[in-house]
Amino acid sequence: MTPVDASRRQFVLTSLSGLGSVWFATRWPAILAAQQQAQAAEPGKFQFFSPEQAANVEAIAAQIIPTTDTPGAREARVVYFIDRVLVTLDKPSQPKYVEGLKDLHSKVQGLFPGAGEFSSLTSDQQIRVLTAIEKTEFFEYVRYHTIVGFLANPEYGGNYKETGWKVIGFESDMHFEPPFGYYDAEENKAQSNDGQI
Amino acid sequence: MMVKFDDNTAVDFLVIGGGGAGAIVAKELSAAGFQVIVLDQGPYLHEEDFRHDELKTKDIWNPPPNIGQPTLVNDHSLQPNTFRKTPNETAKVKPFAQYGRCIGGGTVHFTGNYWRFHEIDFIERSRWGAVEGAGLADWPITYADLEPFYTKAEWDLGVSGLAGASPFDPPRSKPYPLPPMPVKSSGVLLERGARKLGWHPFPAPLAILSQPYRGRAACGHCGFCESFGCEWGAKSSTLATVIPMAEKTGRCEIRPDSYVRKISTDKGGRVDGVIYFDSHKQEHFQKAKSVVVCCNGSETPRLLLMSKSNLFPQGLANSSGLVGKYFMVDQGSMAVGTFEHPMGEYKSVRVTRIVHDFYDSDPKRGFYGGGGMDARFEGYPISFALNGLPPGTPRWGAGFKKTLSENFTRTVNVFSHTTCLPVESNSISLDPGLKDAWGLPATRVTYKTHAEDFKTLEFFTQRSLELLDAAGAIQKWSYPEGDKTAAVHLLGTCRMGNDPKSSVVNKDHRAHDVPNLFIVDGSSFVTSGRNQPTCTIQALAYRAADRMAQAAKNGGIATPA
Repeated sequence: MTPVDASRRQFVLTSLSGLGSVWFATRWPAILAAQQQAQAAEPGKFQFFSPEQAANVEAIAAQIIPTTDTPGAREARVVYFIDRVLVTLDKPSQPKYVEGLKDLHSKVQGLFPGAGEFSSLTSDQQIRVLTAIEKTEFFEYVRYHTIVGFLANPEYGGNYKETGWKVIGFESDMHFEPPFGYYDAEENKAQSNDGQI
Repeated sequence: MMVKFDDNTAVDFLVIGGGGAGAIVAKELSAAGFQVIVLDQGPYLHEEDFRHDELKTKDIWNPPPNIGQPTLVNDHSLQPNTFRKTPNETAKVKPFAQYGRCIGGGTVHFTGNYWRFHEIDFIERSRWGAVEGAGLADWPITYADLEPFYTKAEWDLGVSGLAGASPFDPPRSKPYPLPPMPVKSSGVLLERGARKLGWHPFPAPLAILSQPYRGRAACGHCGFCESFGCEWGAKSSTLATVIPMAEKTGRCEIRPDSYVRKISTDKGGRVDGVIYFDSHKQEHFQKAKSVVVCCNGSETPRLLLMSKSNLFPQGLANSSGLVGKYFMVDQGSMAVGTFEHPMGEYKSVRVTRIVHDFYDSDPKRGFYGGGGMDARFEGYPISFALNGLPPGTPRWGAGFKKTLSENFTRTVNVFSHTTCLPVESNSISLDPGLKDAWGLPATRVTYKTHAEDFKTLEFFTQRSLELLDAAGAIQKWSYPEGDKTAAVHLLGTCRMGNDPKSSVVNKDHRAHDVPNLFIVDGSSFVTSGRNQPTCTIQALAYRAADRMAQAAKNGGIATPA
């Protein structure tokens, strides 16, 4: 959050009526500090994956949530999320990745003899490989981690610049005002028109 | 400022569990002049500890891999359950019972739905008759007995709603203290659909502040209600309301991270204190003149069963053999629909409009059971992506992403909240083999849904689909009703009644067997109501505290020698 955003929110919040404004004025800085989502550091070294493993995991994630007319798992830097959870919140899943990536390599060689890494295949070839393994436990793990990494708070290393949230239409904010969506806006409008008649 | 008692000070009342009920009991008794200690298993969190962080809630529960971190509820890796459907089976390890595990208990993370019981909820046995395979019974109190305490709860804690808006509402002595929350798109759609069907939708009563109230801020509509703690203090949890009031009396100590393993009794069969573990797993003995157990419908019977002794070989307060029996859970169905326009349903409170047209049982339907319905968006980004998409959606690739992107702001869930029959063999007991991280017996859950409850669920699924149709859904679906795999409303396991042979506590929540032991929480329920228990648990807590205070002042509580 930029300082401009922060002061705008401060303004919006302190201009709320009545007791609320006193409450906000005294407590908002603490809330802001607690809520501020530290953006992930610029991607650097992987802590768990080798560069080759990272390229393959990123390529799988980018097929699970592809880049279309909107950004996908690649732009959301999901692979950095997965790398980080494998050394923090989800160490028990490490062997699944080590084994799964080996099996993936065999599957690639089986389907496309002489091909290199999964990450160097064409998109159509990658989809063929993943379709062949989509019932495996390994694929389930990567799918789960990709979805979570796309949509979890950016502080965990994925959802870079709230990419995932923007794709699904989720705004991250501490405060909203009605109307919240189409039908309540429509209803409010209908009621105020009634009032004019 | 907070008073601190010595282990050897026999306080007037020791309350076990500072949640939805216990915090109210503690506040009422300390305000009435008594010394009170609240012991709670969980931590003492505050508004600044609560985060908009979906990884730190229960909603990411997933078969492995699972990286959700339960911060406000019990952690099954430390306190495992075992589960079985019938008493003949050997129970297997399975996370089943979930409860709020912090000061404020489940009211910290609850949705805020705050439905009073109706008059019929207290007298279902005499109105409906017996149901085969169930222990349907009347309560020893009526709606009229509890009404003043419903009103007290609503005004003390802060509840938003519109009195008189529902033709099905029971009589009330006072309106709600606050107007209803602003309607959301889900509420508008529910209203449109319900009116078309001839039903009577009305604003949902919520324990969330629509306006500033008694020094607390109004809801900021941030959207992180269910499963989360409120950073604004606008949700009327006991943490945000009565806990500070209790502390201000100077007579109430809140002692978190204190896990009681046994309630102790003297030679005369009176409670004289409790043994508990502190945060370092060191044991302490805290003396007390009276003990009030307010854990929940699972931990309360577990503690009583763990407190067995020579005088109480079946467990404390269990001469009836009914401690842990008649376990009832949150029953309800869900149907889902998608609509043409984006609704921003992730903002503000979960529920703004509800329907009570099918609340009462109706012999014409051919089975016992009733309930209420609401419309909401049940999801946060991750849980929605994992579990919220229509059946048949591709699980990955461009098709998956397209549906996820379109549906996140266009999905409405219609929930029903229904009766759950009390069945004696459904129970909480101690697992004979498994221990928790403190070496205490793990909770063993036995639960099988009664056939009439399944009929009720199916009935409501059909009504929910009708409602979605009438509201103009472009796609709708439901899920087949199966066996319960988890429960979050834990009820009925120390039922109240007038007869010591068929109940655990009397109508004033005093254990029939132990004169200075009281039990007040969801375990006191005789029947389930319609799966919105918090309001009634809290009204019971106000009433019980009133009775305890009167009895103590009149010398009516026999304390240990």
